[in-house]
Parts: sequence; C-alpha cells; structure tokens
Amino acid sequence: MIIKKSKLNALLDRLAGQYQVFAPVKKGLDFYFAPIRSGAEADFSYGNSVIPPKEVLFPPTEALFTYAVGDAAADLQECLDTGKKVIFGLRPCDAQSFLLLDKVFCGDQYRDPYYLTRRDNTVLVGLGCNEPRTTCFCTSLNGGPFGTAGLDLLLVDTGDQYVVEAVSAKGKDFAAGLNLPPAGEDDRAAAAKVKEAAVISCTINLAGLKEKMDGNYHDPVWDLVYERCLGCGACTYSCPTCHCFDIVDEAKDAAGCRIRNWDACMFGLFTLHGSGHNPRPTQKERFRQRFMHKFKYFTDNFAAVACVGCGRCIVSCPVNIDIRQVLADIQGAGGDEK
Amino acid sequence: MQITGLIQDAAKRLLAEGRVELVLGFGAGSLPLRSTPCFVRRPEDAGKLIWDQTCENNLAVYLPKRKGKTAVVAKGCDTRAIVTLIQENQINRENLYIIGVPCAGMIDRRKVGALLEGRELLAARLEPGALVLEGKDFEKTVPLAETLHDTCLACACPNPVIYDELAGERVPEKPASDFSAVEAFAALPAAERRAFLAEELSRCIRCYACRQACPLCYCEECFVDCSTPQWIGKAAQTQDNLLFQAVRVFHLAGRCADCGACERACPVGLKLSVLTRKVVKDVKDLFGYEAGVDLERKPALTTFAPNDPQAFLVKE
Repeated sequence: MIIKKSKLNALLDRLAGQYQVFAPVKKGLDFYFAPIRSGAEADFSYGNSVIPPKEVLFPPTEALFTYAVGDAAADLQECLDTGKKVIFGLRPCDAQSFLLLDKVFCGDQYRDPYYLTRRDNTVLVGLGCNEPRTTCFCTSLNGGPFGTAGLDLLLVDTGDQYVVEAVSAKGKDFAAGLNLPPAGEDDRAAAAKVKEAAVISCTINLAGLKEKMDGNYHDPVWDLVYERCLGCGACTYSCPTCHCFDIVDEAKDAAGCRIRNWDACMFGLFTLHGSGHNPRPTQKERFRQRFMHKFKYFTDNFAAVACVGCGRCIVSCPVNIDIRQVLADIQGAGGDEK
Repeated sequence: MQITGLIQDAAKRLLAEGRVELVLGFGAGSLPLRSTPCFVRRPEDAGKLIWDQTCENNLAVYLPKRKGKTAVVAKGCDTRAIVTLIQENQINRENLYIIGVPCAGMIDRRKVGALLEGRELLAARLEPGALVLEGKDFEKTVPLAETLHDTCLACACPNPVIYDELAGERVPEKPASDFSAVEAFAALPAAERRAFLAEELSRCIRCYACRQACPLCYCEECFVDCSTPQWIGKAAQTQDNLLFQAVRVFHLAGRCADCGACERACPVGLKLSVLTRKVVKDVKDLFGYEAGVDLERKPALTTFAPNDPQAFLVKE
C-alpha cells in the first residue's frame, strides 16, 4: 500500500473524524504527540518528540475515578478512557517501548485497566527514521530505524509518498478501511533503498552488563557516575519506558477525584517513608536505582532491558549526563569488592 | 584556550598543595555545544577541565551542605548565587575557594536549534564573533551574539563579584541589567500575559529540573512535595503548573541571582525568565536591592527601612 504525501492531510482529516488522532505537532521548537483535528496540524519533519508518545496511553496526569461520599453510600465513577485512538507517525523505538510497558501494565499479578483499555483501542502507525540522530542507539536494543516491533503499520518515506507495511492483524484491518492503493514493485524497491541508507552510527555495549550489574551494587563506580545528577525528572519523564507513578486524591469535603501522576525514582520524595526514613537517602541511591531498574531488575522480572535507545535522556539532561557514558563507566569498573 | 589553561593550573596547584579536596568545574560534554559539570579530585585529572561558552550550568547548586574544602569555577552570575548562599549560611566561606571566570555569555542551544530549522548539529566551533555550525551536508556561520542566552545578553554582572583568584581578564560590564523584555511583557494586556503563560505552562511536565538546577532552591522540603498540608495540586495541569512556578519565583524574591539556570534546565523550553526576571526587577525597583552583588550588604528580606514601599498595609 502507499499513501501519497499530497493525500496525507485528507487521510488524517478523515481519520480525525473517526478516531482521536495523535500525531507530531510542532510547539515552539519542539515536537509533541498531540491530538489533531486536521492533517494540517501535524508535522512529520521531526527527529523525535521531546516527550514520548507513552503520554497518550499513560498520561502524565489521569483521573482514575471520582467519588462522592453520601450519608448512606459512596458513589464511585470510574474514569476509563474508551475512545478509539490512532498514534500516527510514531518512531519505531517508541513503538517498541509499548511492548515493554505492556509487561508492566499487563502482568500475571495485575492488569492495569486504564493503560490496557487505551492500548487495546489504539492503532500504532509508525514512521521509519530516514535520518536517525547521532544520539539514537536503537540497534543496540534489538530495534532499528525501520523496526516493526510493537507497530500495527509502518510507513516508509520514499520522497513524495509513504510505502505502508502492515505489521499486525490489527494494522491490516485498519489499513483495509483506508482504501489505500497497492504498492508496486518500484515502490517496494524504493522503500528498501531508503531502509538501507538509514544508518545508526552509535552503539552501546550491553554484553555482560546484566551479569556485571548482578554484582556491582556496592561498586565505587556509583560514587562517580551519580555526582553531577541534579535529581530532576527530565530523564525519566522523557523516557519512553519509565512508568513509575504516584496516586493522590484531590478532594474537597466529601467529593473528589483519585489521580495518577507520573513519578520519578530520581526524586527524594519517591521513597520517603511516612516515618521520615528514606531508604534511598542521597542522589547516589536514586541514580543507581534508575540504572539498576533499566538494566538489571527489569531483566530479572521480564527478560528484557527497559531502554529502547531513543536518546531522549541524553538530550534532555540539564547537566549532560549521557546514558551511553554511564553504561561504559559501569562496564569498565571492577564490580563489588567482596 | 587561555582561560582553560588558567583553570587547569589553578586546579592542579590547589589539589597538589592540599588546599582543597575537590575542584568543581566543567568538562567536555558528549554533544556539540555541551559541557558537563566535572568533579576533579586528583591533580593529574586537572586536564579534564575546560572553559568555553558552553559552560552554562551554575555550579553553585552543588555547594550547599558540601563537606570538605572545595574549589569552584564560577562566572559572574554563579558568584552572585554563592554570595547569597553565604549570606544564608548554606556555604562556609572558609571552606570554599572561588576560581572566578569573567564571562562572555553562554550559548543558547535553543537559539542555535532555531537557526538550524530542525537539522541536527554535529559539530560547532567558535571563531571571532561568530559560531560555525556543522551538520550533515551543511555548514552555517552565525553571529555569536545571536546565539547567546537572553539572560546573558541582559546581564550586567559578567565578572565574578567574589573570588579568590581570577582566571582571565575582566570583561566590559553594562551599567545596569537590561529589563526591556520584562517591561515589554508587563506592558501587554493581562489577557495576553495570561494566555502566554497558560500556553507555556501547559507544556510543563513537573520534572522540577528548574528547581533542581537552581542554587537557591535548597529547601529540605519543597512546598510542592509537602502533603500535610498539600499546598498545591500534584497534577501536571496548567493551573497547578502556573501556581508552582509563581510560588517558586516568589520564594526567590530578593534571592534570585538572575543566572537563568532554571530556564536552561527546562527540557521543554519554558520561558521561565519572564517570571523570574520580573521579580528581580521589582526587588530592584522597590528596594534598590540586587541579590548577591555585594556580600556586605544586608539582603532585602532581612532589612527594614522606614521608606520601604508598604502598599500592602491597610491605611486609614
């Protein structure tokens, strides 16, 4: 299938009538996945969004339910977002992140209805990366600029059109409803050529990292790598796989709303106990937690690394802490002194 | 570069003589136009220190409650923060050695990004008065002044106000801070100001990078983190985001060093200086006080003068 670029806006206009469509929208200098009402609002000339499209399925702030306590009973209203959605033009790394978030929100012990309802109702239309950024290292994490993991459809930009590849059954059904013209041999050849030309120049060495981190909890390397960290949440909030949250009630008298907000292991408040005790008393323990969670605990729990190599944290860190360097430092260090 | 050499020499000497345990400076960053805070503890590591117009972080943020003797590389605005921290008993001056650096202004990556129109920057080099930007299939030379942070362009305090040694020659100073951008914003109708702030703060993700990057935001418990009572909604929603910034700015009234660290740290590029500099200007206009420029002068918040403006008092 193909989508002519000249017809993309009309297609998005049509989709916006049937779905909530989220697409890259330019705000100031940066791009965000925002709901669009027409194709003209979207701008696909982007490297990647500042905040990953996880914010569509797992919003920074969401109401879980409202409540009102009456004399005889309490009235609870669940806030399930059942709207049909399309995320149009997300990058392959971010699609892969949804497979990792699925492991957390769709586990054996707990299935998160808020995330999963949105997830089930959302079609993921990916846009391959013709020009990956130098901070991209997705190929080190089983991804690639035209990776299809997690996607329903993949678009390949071949100049004046997109060549559309159906990845999942959901994607096939979705595409069938769009009445797209079929791709010819030339179109497919052009797409193959574009894919070949896209190069990820940056790699990280994950070989042996998990084994190393199984035994480096007390390694002095943590004293060095954390020091610059300011303790903000720029890295976690710009990470497509970070998924920690906090739940609060916002109430007035006997009525209110239970809200889920993003939270970050980099904050001191994250582990502060009601007693005043904090098991992660300094930024060192918090910084270590972030790396341990991504590269050890997540692997222990789900046999996967909680990083897709999007490089956002490298760019967003106010003090230029570079995850690639931190991992190299950990790899180069000796491990725990027994 | 000359200043880099002076900083390295100072660091090597101070560490070798045992006068400090740690030198806090800047090292090379991992991306074009980026440096990174660099913690040096051995004389042989002094060569890791650099100085250029990417050294934008305010390293005073690392100083409160630090134990042991420390040397810090500090620009004019950084020293203003240090002065206020000394006045507020957060830094023991005797344990601090200040390597002051006259500052020619720091490069704003967002301005550079705007000039590149989305193309990725792969390398950059400084030429006299100009910045040469290189990427895939392009090279672009832009006037340096067009790429500097607004806070730097408005700054009247590029030279350190307090130091133990100075690395480099003093640079010319403006007679006064330029608040024309603040005045222009204040002159807009209230609805326009509200609309601008609402649009900006709608992007805030409450990552608190602004707070964490600020040397003067050192409260043990920030009001946003407090739950009994809960002063402010925790949700990343425009009204609460705006309230967070408004209260943060008021907490910095008479203390803000006008360094712009909060705005530089913001991952979503909020124009926070519209708020911070308004209060800096108000404190100057109302009380004739500029935070951190004079260690001997009592801060505005700790002094009372009979002729202080008292518009808040109910009068008969």
